[in-house]
Formats: sequence, C-alpha cells, structure tokens
Amino acid sequence: MSIMNRHGVFERHSLLLTIGILVVVSIGGIIQMAPLMYMDNTIEKVEGMRPYTPLELAGRDIYIREGCYVCHSQMIRPLRDEVERYGHYSLAAESMYDHPFQWGSKRTGPDLARVGGKYSAEWQVDHLKDPRALVPESIMPPYAFLADKRLKFENISDRLRTERFVGVPYTDEMIENAEGHLIAQADPDNLGYDYFSSLMDEYNAASGREGTVQARDWDGDPTRITEMDALVAYLQMTGTLVDFSVYEADDLSNRR
Amino acid sequence: MAATSLMPRRDTSSILIVGGLLAFFSLLGIIIASRAVDTAMSIQALTFAALTGIAFVTLCLWAGSLVDRDPFDSREYEDTIVKWGVAASTFWGIAGLLVGVIIALQLTWPTLFYFAEHGWTNFGRLRPLHTSAVIFAFGGNVLLATSFYVVQRTCRTRLAGGMWPWFVFWGYQIFIVLAATGYLLGVTQSKEYAEPEWYVDWWLTLVWVIYLLVFLGTLWKRKEPHIYVANWFYLSFIVTIAMLHIVNNLSVPVSFTGSKSVQVFAGVQDAMTQWWYGHNAVGFFLTTGFLAIMYYFIPKRAERPVYSYRLSIVHFWSLIFIYIWAGPHHLHYTALPQWAQTLGMTFSIMLWMPSWGGMINGVMTLSGAWDKLRTDPVIRMMIVSLAFYGMATFEGPLMSVRAVNALSHYTEWGIGHVHSGALGWVGYISFGALYCLVPWLWKKQALYSKSLVEWHFWISTIGILFYMISMWFAGITEGLMWRAYNEFGFLEYSFVETVEAKHISYMIRALGGLLYFAGALIMSYNLFRTTLGHGEASPREYSPSEASRRTPALQPAE
Repeated sequence: MSIMNRHGVFERHSLLLTIGILVVVSIGGIIQMAPLMYMDNTIEKVEGMRPYTPLELAGRDIYIREGCYVCHSQMIRPLRDEVERYGHYSLAAESMYDHPFQWGSKRTGPDLARVGGKYSAEWQVDHLKDPRALVPESIMPPYAFLADKRLKFENISDRLRTERFVGVPYTDEMIENAEGHLIAQADPDNLGYDYFSSLMDEYNAASGREGTVQARDWDGDPTRITEMDALVAYLQMTGTLVDFSVYEADDLSNRR
Repeated sequence: MAATSLMPRRDTSSILIVGGLLAFFSLLGIIIASRAVDTAMSIQALTFAALTGIAFVTLCLWAGSLVDRDPFDSREYEDTIVKWGVAASTFWGIAGLLVGVIIALQLTWPTLFYFAEHGWTNFGRLRPLHTSAVIFAFGGNVLLATSFYVVQRTCRTRLAGGMWPWFVFWGYQIFIVLAATGYLLGVTQSKEYAEPEWYVDWWLTLVWVIYLLVFLGTLWKRKEPHIYVANWFYLSFIVTIAMLHIVNNLSVPVSFTGSKSVQVFAGVQDAMTQWWYGHNAVGFFLTTGFLAIMYYFIPKRAERPVYSYRLSIVHFWSLIFIYIWAGPHHLHYTALPQWAQTLGMTFSIMLWMPSWGGMINGVMTLSGAWDKLRTDPVIRMMIVSLAFYGMATFEGPLMSVRAVNALSHYTEWGIGHVHSGALGWVGYISFGALYCLVPWLWKKQALYSKSLVEWHFWISTIGILFYMISMWFAGITEGLMWRAYNEFGFLEYSFVETVEAKHISYMIRALGGLLYFAGALIMSYNLFRTTLGHGEASPREYSPSEASRRTPALQPAE
C-alpha cells in the first residue's frame, strides 16, 4: 500500500500534520455553515417579526441567566403530536433576532416556543414563585426571588446598541428611548405614561402589524419594576409575533 | 559571573515574561473590577486579579529560591507539572461528579433539594457547573496532564517553553474557577458546553494558543524521527478545539467592563454553529483527546505494540474528517434546512466505522496478553472503557437517524447516551491513565491497593448500568407518552404526567450516579496512599536503563 508509505511525511513534519488536520476538519463545517448565511429560507423575514422590546430583552436575559434553556426547548418540530401540544411548528424567521438562539436540546419541562398567552401573567407569576403550588408533580425549581429583585436597566440603551451592531434592526429612536420604553411596558399608566405611545408606535411599525406589544404591570406589584416583570413579559410574548391565522405555510413564497 | 559560564546555559527569560504577563493581568483585573458595570463582573474581575496575583507572587518567590539551579534542565523530563495535573484531575473529577449527584437528586426530590431563598443553587445554574466541571475541569486536566507526559516520553525530550507550560496549567485552572463561579453568579451565554462569557473565552483562547505552541515546540525538538500516533490525536484535539472555541464564541461585549455579550450569529445560523461546536466538543475533546490516551497507555500498560499501524492512519484521518460533519443531527426536524440535517445524519452513520476501527485497534492491542484482563484491573478498566466507547458510538449513529431522533430527541435517552460515553468511555480511560501515571510519576512499585481498584471498577460499572438503563427506560417512556393518542384522537397524556412517569427512573439514576461517585472517591484514596508509598506501593528500585526521568531513555511504546 504505497499511500500508507507516504504517510511518513506527516509523521516527520509537525507543521504539515497541523495543516493537514486543519484542512481536514474545516471542510465539513464550511459546507454546512456558509450557505446558511445566504439561503433565503434562513434569512428572510416573515411578517410580524420585530426586535424584542427593551423589557422583553431584559426578561430574555434573565431567562438565559437562570438557565431555563437547560430544561425548556423553544423549537416545535413539525410532528403531529408537537403541533397539537404546543402549536404551529417553529419557523426559522421566528428566531432571527435571537442572539443567541434558545432552541434548547432537552425537554425536562415543556417547550416554551409558544407559551406566550397560553396562561395568564398571574398564573406565570404564581407558577414561577412556587411551581408545585400549581402543578403538584412539577420538578421545576422555585423562582420567587425574581419578584424581590429590582430590574437593573441603566445600560439598556447600550444593550440595544450592541444588538444593532450584530444586525438587529433597532432604530435610533428605539435605542435613545430604551429606558423610557422599558418603564412604559411595565408601568404604562404612571411612570411610563410619557413613553407609552412611542413604545407602541415604534414596535408596531417594526412588526408591521398591531397588537404585538402588551404593556401592563406583570408581576402583581405595580410599585416597582422587578426581574419577575421582565421575565413574564418575555414569556408572554414568545411565539406571538407571527400571526398564524393568516400565515400560509403552503403558499408558494413560503415553500422554499 | 565566571562560574555560570562553565554551567550549561540557563534560559530563564520565560520566567520573566510569564511573571510580567501575570502582573499585567492582575492589574487589568483590578482596573476592570473598579469600573465594573455589574456586580457579577466586579466579582469575576476581582477573582481573576486575586488568582493571577497569587500566581505572580508564588512565581517570584519560587524564582528567587532557584539561585543557580536550572529549573528547566533539558536532561530531565518535566514531571512535576504532570503530578499537578493528576492532582487537579482527581480534585475536579470529585467536584464535578458531586454536583452531578446533587442535580440528579434535585430532579428526583425537588421539595428537598431546592432552596427558594438560594436561587443560585437551582438546577439551571448547577447543570452547566456539572457539565463544565466534568468535561473541561476533569477531562481537560486529564488531557493536559497526559499530553504533557506522553509528548515528552514519545519525543524523548523535555517539554518546550520553560515556564510557559506552567502558564498553560495554572491559566487553565483560572479559566475553570472563573467559569464555575460565573455560572453560580448567573454569568452565561447559554450555549451548551460553551457557557462562559466573552472575557473567559478570550482568556481561554490565550491559554489554548500557548498550549498549542508548547505542544508543537516539544514536537519540534524531538529526538525521534517520527511523531507517535498518540501525538497526532493530541494535536488534532488542540488544533480543532481552538477553531471550534473561537468560531462558536464570536460575540460582541455590551461593555468591556460588563459581563454580558451578544452573539454575532442568530437563530438558524447560531444553532448550526453551536451544534457544530457542541458535537465536536464531544468529537475532539472527549474523543480524539482520549483516544490519544488509549494509543499510549494501553500499549504501555499491556507491554504490547499497537495492534495495527495502518489502522491507526485510517482511523485518525477518517475520524477527524467525518466527525466535523455530524453536528446537525442535534437539529433534526428543526428550522435548519433539511439538506443540512440529512448531511449530519449521513456522516453520523458513517462515523460508526472509524469509531469502531479505533476501538478494535485499542482492544486488539491486547493480543497475546489477554490474561491481563483477569490479572490487571487497570487494563480491564481501559478495555471496558473501549467497550463502552463502542456501544456509545453505535448508539450515537442510531439516534442520529431522523426517524429514531423524532422519538429520542429532547428526552432522557440523550442524557443516558451522553453518560454511557462520559462515564464509561471518558471516565474509565481517564481512571486507567491516572492509575498508570501515579506509580510511574511518584516512583512506586505498584498502586497502594489492587483490590481497591477492583472495588472501584465493580461499584462504578454497576453505577453506569443503573444510569444507562434507567435513562433508556425514562427516555423511551416519555418519548412514547408525548406522542400517544387516545381512542378519540386526542393526545393521551398531559406533559406533567410524563414527568411523573420518570420518578422511579430518576431515583435509580441518582443511585447509579452515587455509586460512580463512590468509585471515584475510592480511586482518590488509593492514589493518595500510593503517593505516600503505603501498602503495595513501596518505593521502587531503579536499574540505570530504567531511569525514566532522564530524557534519552528509550521508550518501548513506539
């Protein structure tokens, strides 16, 4: 086997071996990853998708911080039982503004891709505080401490600016008024009153349809904005941006 | 300085550079801590400043005590760093397994093991602590220690770089401490097995690049014409992990004094990148690195040559070429385009062949020495690790088939699969290497107690079986329950009923983990008593040809 005899060259030259390894391990990754940056069905926007509001983004950061992704997926597969249990299968576009993605890999708890609106905010708060009070068989950890922690959002404008830097289409107005928008979504009637209409206008315009932004007190404590407010605001909007009553999966433009 | 000119030239410049670097990083840590925009960052930066500061002071004291001694005497192997690596592996192994037992208990008895007032002990924060501790802290230290040992012996030269290997070793421990404390503080970028935030990623990149240079530098000054097969595997592990780590952690910090960063990729692209990384962390950290251990320690311990040189070549190149494609099997039926899923599945099935080729090459190395399976529990542990490897690398391709994956994905089956590989393959080959290394490094006749190795082996093996079987059962049960329909065409079970159904499996799993943990404790005790020269580990007599610390000694492994 002459080809085996030629292998000696790699065994005598460590740099050749290093380069050989690098070439061999690069091929697969390049072929699988590079086309995804250009293919239509992975980069095209679906109507309704908009960037997260500042409060939702802060809530999503808490979702990440607490490791919710460890037990909850956000990716509904196009299988009969999953679509019936969780709702319409997930579209690529629905996570286009997710830096990083939150598809998860394990369902120790149920999928949360479309948990938004499935339960009331009050249910979510009670359940997060003491899961077994509502679902006795649950094995979820308790998150009561979130309701006691004031949400820190002094740097929320920088946070949005960084999102824009990696490609999320936040407008100048969204970045400038991020703090006001955040307060408006958690306390629209008092502290956030001045920014309420701006919040609605900006994010409805980005979405292209009405009704994707909910503003209210989320955690049952209107006196302050807590981490619970942010997390529940995030949970309540997951999977609600695309209007599946009008989305046609079989439409030619969606069959790519 | 007339006296010094008579002595071999000492090159201590690396001490100065490493010392300067440590002082610089310690100062940088203090500056970042003073300007930190979030509490987590100030704690992390202070930890970093303290650890690099301690390293700097220790280095100064040590360098001062050297006087005229050459600390990097090229006539001797650098074995002290390997001893530290063995100690660190054992320590982190125990820590990581203990966290594993705790989180298994949390899922089994949530009312007993969750503390509402201590949110940082919740499963979501401890699970990355467990995975990182066992993979990167335990596994990583085993790989550092064995690679430093093996590359010196097979190149018959001292480790290159003077002080730099020590920077790699302690720098890596600092990475572990920052990552681990970060998880407890809630600092994570949520990418599985790549959770540490941007500044920890940057630090690891620095440490890793120096690791690569130390390894290559040692290869460059080898006294052997050929690079031994174990070193191919170590090299592919170091090079590929560098590539995976850098690409998967591409992120933009929100502030250079804050802990939060934003990933460059989003959605589908990020998912593909993550599982390209995630699967190849398995492939290149937990497989090629530990195959290098197989290629050195099994022949060495069995005193037999590697079964087939040609098979090693085919094994090496086909394994590293095919592995890198397998990532998308983690994304079946997701929004990832189907052609990518199919490629991932196809290559995962193809991967079965090189995996088993490697297993055969390792097991058949025992040809002519099969009796050692009975007489030497350390050899048995390493061969059984290959049996688990063979099983896990058969199960993996099976689970990567779309139709099977539709059932197995998101379930406990995945957890069972990972642990048959992690506990059986990675754990056992590592324990085997540690059992070999301690008597060699501390110059002892044998291990303190061979019968304790037997106890370790059997307790752990029963533990693994409990773990695997309970998780297979739990995974397939919940997978079937999720898709079950009743006679009226409605879903038969609510989600929480499937959680309830796993309770007994969870108990058996926790017991299995506890047994495995107990086995590791027995090993630690045995290794510790060995270093003290107790029991059967009476000090070893050396014949001149056997003086293994001397670099020019011939090594039979080639």
